[in-house]
Amino acid sequence: MKKLLVLSTALGGFALPAMAQEITVMGWGGAYTHSQTEAYLKPFAAQSGIKVNSVDADNPATPIKAQVDAGNVTIDVASVEIADAVRLCDEGLIIPIDAAALPAGADGTAATDDFIAGTLTECMIPTDIFSTVVAYDASKFPEGAGPTTIADFFDLEKFPGKRGVKKGAKATLEMALMADGVPAADVYALLETPEGQDRAFAKLDTIKKDAVFWEAGAQPPQLLADGEVTMTMGWNGRIYNAAVAENKPFKIIWDGQVFEWEGYVIPKGAPNEAAALDFVKFATSSEPLAKAAEYISYGPPRKSSAPLVGNVFGTDVPMSPNLPTSPENMTNALGSDLDFWVDRDTELGERYNAWLVSN
Amino acid sequence: MAETTAPLTTADGRPLKAALAKAQSRAKRRAFLLVLPLLLFILLTFAIPIGQMLQRSVYHDGFSKTSPNLAAWFDANPQGTAPDEAAYAALAADLVLMKENRLAGEAGTRINYSVPGTRSLFTASARNADDLTPPFKEALLAADRKWGEPLIWVAMREAASPWTTDFYLTGLDMQRSADGGVEKVAETNRVYLWLYVKTFLLSAVITGICLLLAFPVAHMLATLPMAKANLLMILVLLPFWTSLLVRTTSWIVLLQGQGVVNSVLVSLGIIDESGRLAMIYNQTGTIIVMVHILLPFMVLPLYSVMRVIPPSYARAARSLGATSWTTFRRIYLPQTLPGIGAGVLLVFILAVGYYITPALVGGADGQLFSNQIQFHMTKSNWSQAAALAAMLLAGVLVLYWLYDRLIGIDKLKLG
Repeated sequence: MKKLLVLSTALGGFALPAMAQEITVMGWGGAYTHSQTEAYLKPFAAQSGIKVNSVDADNPATPIKAQVDAGNVTIDVASVEIADAVRLCDEGLIIPIDAAALPAGADGTAATDDFIAGTLTECMIPTDIFSTVVAYDASKFPEGAGPTTIADFFDLEKFPGKRGVKKGAKATLEMALMADGVPAADVYALLETPEGQDRAFAKLDTIKKDAVFWEAGAQPPQLLADGEVTMTMGWNGRIYNAAVAENKPFKIIWDGQVFEWEGYVIPKGAPNEAAALDFVKFATSSEPLAKAAEYISYGPPRKSSAPLVGNVFGTDVPMSPNLPTSPENMTNALGSDLDFWVDRDTELGERYNAWLVSN
Repeated sequence: MAETTAPLTTADGRPLKAALAKAQSRAKRRAFLLVLPLLLFILLTFAIPIGQMLQRSVYHDGFSKTSPNLAAWFDANPQGTAPDEAAYAALAADLVLMKENRLAGEAGTRINYSVPGTRSLFTASARNADDLTPPFKEALLAADRKWGEPLIWVAMREAASPWTTDFYLTGLDMQRSADGGVEKVAETNRVYLWLYVKTFLLSAVITGICLLLAFPVAHMLATLPMAKANLLMILVLLPFWTSLLVRTTSWIVLLQGQGVVNSVLVSLGIIDESGRLAMIYNQTGTIIVMVHILLPFMVLPLYSVMRVIPPSYARAARSLGATSWTTFRRIYLPQTLPGIGAGVLLVFILAVGYYITPALVGGADGQLFSNQIQFHMTKSNWSQAAALAAMLLAGVLVLYWLYDRLIGIDKLKLG
């Protein structure tokens, strides 16, 4: 026993200094990882002295399952979507994080009250609210006569041209129903039923012939820039980034937006759990969340962050109008229902795939 | 002549036979030790992972490991028994177990594969499992009417044992019906069988085009003087050394609606602005790009075989009066068969399993079977992905067997 103690102490003594020095954070790449690097990773490293490595994945939820199942976890913190977080949490692949232990908001509100209602879950602390929207190339339409509603996306007569459509059921089916006149509040109740699903696919049928299907978030702005499509579904942050950073004439239609949120999770068996938790606490406090929103147009999930969001980084243009969470953008918005998608993801995904390959 | 009857011995007096056997067994041991690292490597990185993956396709313990009470009830009551109070009591007991071990999500996920929309049923019911009181049937049905659905009980019966054929059923566009039998899924959800056939058809088309394009190239490479042939060989190999993604995206630049090819055609007046060709984000795109990417795999084996065909055979045939077509058909072509076989097999097998290229340029109708495998991998349904992968593997093995029967695998020459 004593021997074991000596041995483990010795090993711990060797291991600890080496391990506490760094954590690995997995993100999605692109402008999104850039915003997190600037707002969370660099300030945290400067403040704590812990080295923060950044790695990217197509969807960090996939490597988490692979690594935990294989018992070889190399990432400490990962950025995942809420639906994946709930699933991973239920399967015990990520650890619970006590939201009550998070720092209070900048205005003194307790963390549990500060986050927008419904966004806090057992294992994930939200970092941003993003949205699937329709965007178009303003130069392809006469001044002031561009599309304005989600229904216009499906109107090939009034607005001819190719459409970029997400190669996946989530958000696509909701948008199809909203374009068909279903109020946002009724979308999921309808999508539960076979009739509702048929109706959504029938609506999609109307643009299938002119659809270009995209898989990765970087594709929609590229498709717009290449003139391959005149209108496309896309993630608002990616569209915004192309419009601002590359000065493209892209406009977002906020009508019919389907918003979701994502956040940080800690995989079970993360090599540096304590440091990872410190990082999550730091990153999801009011100021860093507000700062991230200056780099990418994803809304901060803490209410106390909203007034702290300043101008678009490096300019004197206010960021607020470009955030999905701004009131003027929320008139016809649908919050993605994670329970619905956790249940229906495979079924509707398969049906969507079947629809894709059928003629 | 005196015959020697004494056995042959070595210089130190041991029987030659024994000495030889000893020396040979030493050589064998040494040879085995030399290949041992490779053998272990293949075992560790290939045989075991593939075996595990195949096992996953028929094994999923997500539900069974946390449902001992239900499993006992299912064992005691045959298929078709309506769930009674004892069944609901077993369910309630298992829900409590799931709550304790945080396994409701995993168990629900397993049932959700068979009956969509049931995962939240498990997580929600398990959350309140401690409050359930007898009679359990009423209590559970009051909590959620779905617990009375026969389909869920059929799915739970199947999932109560970790060994299952459910994932292969899905892969064959089938599902279990409420009476425990097997039926086809709704027309709108059928995707796998057709895609399976289509994947093999498309791969055959791609292989055929590769062969047609590669044969003359390989022939030219084989007959040109070495210096020129080497230069041309680099042109064949150059794309081979370029990243797959780079090659795929350059094809997008070339072929898209506003791309180089279309723009040139429009400016030449061959097509007009509204008639731009759709050459990418569809099946055509998948074929073009995959042919380009797989072409070197056809050229190289063909070249290596053609290189060693003596030109004198063809000359002899011509001098005996054969036409150039007859010479090609009866003398040259048969000698290239090992190369054709190797190239065809290589390209076809690679094409069947391709996924990144169809994912990027395939659009809606240029998807292949492997894209469905990837879909399930990203949805963390590894068992389904494994079942689909096993189906693909089975298809390839059948073709390999056919190839062996028709042409003979010993005729294969890879270079």
